[in-house]
Amino acid sequence: MTAGRDSPAPNEREPSAHFDDLSAHVDEPAAHLGEPALRAHEVVKRYGATIALDRVSLDVAQGSCVALVGESGSGKTTLLRCFNAMVRPDAGFVDVGGRPVASFDPVALRRGIGYVQQEGGLLPHWSVLRNVALVPWLRGEEDAGERARAALDRVGLPPSRFGDRWPRDLSGGQRQRVAIARALAGSPEIILLDEPFGALDAITRSELRRSFHNLRAGMGVTSLLVTHDLHEAVELADEIAVMKGGALMQVGRPEDLLSAPAHGYVEELLKRAGVG
Amino acid sequence: MGRVMLLLVAVALLGGALATRPSPASHARQPPALAGSPTALASKAAPASQPALQTRVTQSSQGEGTPVIIASKPFAESYVLAEIFAQLLEARGIAVDRRFGLGATEIAFGALREGAIDIYPEYTGTALAAILGEEMQADAEAVYRHVAGTFRERWDARWLAPLGFENTYAIAVRRETAEELGLATLSDLAREAGGLRAGFTPDFIGRSDGLPGLRAAYGFEAAEVLPLLQAVKYEALVESGVDVIDGYSTDGLIARYDLVVLEDDRGFFPPYEAAGLVNGDFWRRRPDAIAALSELSGLLDEERVREWNRRAESEGDPVAEIARDALAELGLVVPDAEEALESDPAESAATREPEREAATAAESARSPVVGFASYMWQNRTDILGHARRHIVLVIVSLAAAALLAIPAGLMLVRVTGGAEGVIRTIGLVQTIPSLALLAFMIPALGIGVVPAVFALFLYSLFPILRNTYTGVRDANPAAVDAARALGMTPAQLLRHVRLPLAAPVIMAGLRTAAVINVGTATIAAFIGAGGLGDPIVAGLALSDTRMILSGAIPAAALALLVDGALGLAEKRVAPGGVAVE
Repeated sequence: MTAGRDSPAPNEREPSAHFDDLSAHVDEPAAHLGEPALRAHEVVKRYGATIALDRVSLDVAQGSCVALVGESGSGKTTLLRCFNAMVRPDAGFVDVGGRPVASFDPVALRRGIGYVQQEGGLLPHWSVLRNVALVPWLRGEEDAGERARAALDRVGLPPSRFGDRWPRDLSGGQRQRVAIARALAGSPEIILLDEPFGALDAITRSELRRSFHNLRAGMGVTSLLVTHDLHEAVELADEIAVMKGGALMQVGRPEDLLSAPAHGYVEELLKRAGVG
Repeated sequence: MGRVMLLLVAVALLGGALATRPSPASHARQPPALAGSPTALASKAAPASQPALQTRVTQSSQGEGTPVIIASKPFAESYVLAEIFAQLLEARGIAVDRRFGLGATEIAFGALREGAIDIYPEYTGTALAAILGEEMQADAEAVYRHVAGTFRERWDARWLAPLGFENTYAIAVRRETAEELGLATLSDLAREAGGLRAGFTPDFIGRSDGLPGLRAAYGFEAAEVLPLLQAVKYEALVESGVDVIDGYSTDGLIARYDLVVLEDDRGFFPPYEAAGLVNGDFWRRRPDAIAALSELSGLLDEERVREWNRRAESEGDPVAEIARDALAELGLVVPDAEEALESDPAESAATREPEREAATAAESARSPVVGFASYMWQNRTDILGHARRHIVLVIVSLAAAALLAIPAGLMLVRVTGGAEGVIRTIGLVQTIPSLALLAFMIPALGIGVVPAVFALFLYSLFPILRNTYTGVRDANPAAVDAARALGMTPAQLLRHVRLPLAAPVIMAGLRTAAVINVGTATIAAFIGAGGLGDPIVAGLALSDTRMILSGAIPAAALALLVDGALGLAEKRVAPGGVAVE
């Protein structure tokens, strides 16, 4: 590939103006104070005969972290992917920053939202630094390299030591740190995390959880986190949303869930996880 | 990448060199408008017996007449007869273009019918049974009349007058088998068949005038029937691998191995009179050539032909030499003229000849390996020419296939559903036997380089298409998903993620196609496209192991080379950070 490492070829500059609007809106306290950063309303998604989302409604307040918990196949990931237009709902509304997702150019929208998946999804043929610089580079920002270095520093990977490495030369935990750095390098208001620590061993996981918690607190970024680990949810999230079979069973602060489970399933889930 | 480019450049240079050298198959047919009026032809034919003119016409594009395209089938006698036709025409001042060793009856006759060739030697019995698919008849004259009439009527193809000999099937056994079991006739053989192993050519096993007919006429049921190629069946019989084989009555090898030919006491085999079979258009257009060829009518006899075949198959004498002696023996071409031609210092064939003789003499004292090496050295010009042609066939077909299949594979990734069906359909081409594919293409593309390249192109499509499709489709799904979710456009995904990650897989497809092509290109010889298959086909027909190896070894080396070079290229196109197993 002949394109420069940190700057896009001119013809690939995508119009990202739409989403800059979003940041502007979110920053305006007068108009948007209390407006949820993410909102799903009566969202339905079907795959053939299977109902993945059954009239799900969820608000994520600006700056907060909501954890989506539930068994695999309960619809957590599908709901998460509605917010960056990777999944298009069959019915209902999905808003980001008070604006319907459908009204955004999906490519521009995605460049404004951080995303971390379980496998990390690093591009194996790109260096660590180039991976982290992906979003600023896609947006055509001159200082993509600087931003990437700063993001690497923030996740505890000195760019001088790690920047030139290939993803395959890193440990699993380091790779997930890089993935988080990549999600943050574009300074998004919102970050979507799909089982970000799911593939790691217990020690690395709790280490990474802690640093993510601090990071998030420091940056004030709105987070939606998919996990099947209730301990993780309790530790990281301001609110927990329990899903089962495509439906939302209960949403509430961890302590509310523990004291007043709205549903037998929630109670059972808490008990099984040993959280209660 | 750099290495591949170097290879391509090298090949392009070879191709360029090829284009500047006259080679038999590169003479495209010129428009027939230049063929000329009868008077022009007559004046051309007049000074024919003069040696000077012969030298010129051997260069083949001399004069305004289109070269006569002469073909043969891939066995010794067909080569010898076709070469006799060729030299006789040259001696009469008519330029020729040799396309010897065409696949089989279907390909040779198919090419004739479509006007891709003008003439080849054929047998009336073969025409009756294999082409017309009719019942056997015992009377030679009646068969000739029937076949000639039907061919003229149905395909506008003409049979020249019979050459004067028959070449019928000769069912042969070892002498001791014949004596032990008291075998003299096919009826005797049928009686004892239950205890015998038969080795027949695939052709004979399938033809109605072969094994099926033999079963019906004599009740011949061997304990086992093995399909054996012409080149190995005599060895198999002599080494007692089999007990009965199908030979030809004019085979040189029957006498050599002291075999007993069993008498066809029920007159089952039809008469196989040899004659020139010519295209109707050619027959009308070139009375000069027809007149020259007709000089051979009735002149040949079985004894002579058997001797020529023996020289070709057992002595390894060059076919050109046998034909020259034959024409002298028949009194059709004055030997003095030929000698004058040979002593011409400008004629490269003449200077090469003594060299060959000397080398052959010296060879006997040396090991077979050294002997083979010196054979390769003497024939280096020819072998290099074959190799160049071979490489051109492979490169052109492969490049065309890559240009089509890679974009097609990328498009298939974008359509949801149906892709597998398309790929599987293309894959069906792979299952068509190569000879059959070549035969199918004769009506549309004739014979020579074009259909050969087209066939190789078709065979290359599948591996490239499949690898492009699966390589791009299956390229690291997690990375692709993340890149998309972070805002790459489909075009960026393709260019920056999918293609780089799929590159080694696509390259592996190209490599598979190239190696298959190098092997498959040897069959291009069956439709007169040249290449390293030429010496293999001719060597098989003439039972000349050295000739076979002089094509097979470079072909194998070429396959290894291509495999190695593209293996390196595969590693080179793998992006950094991605390991290639």
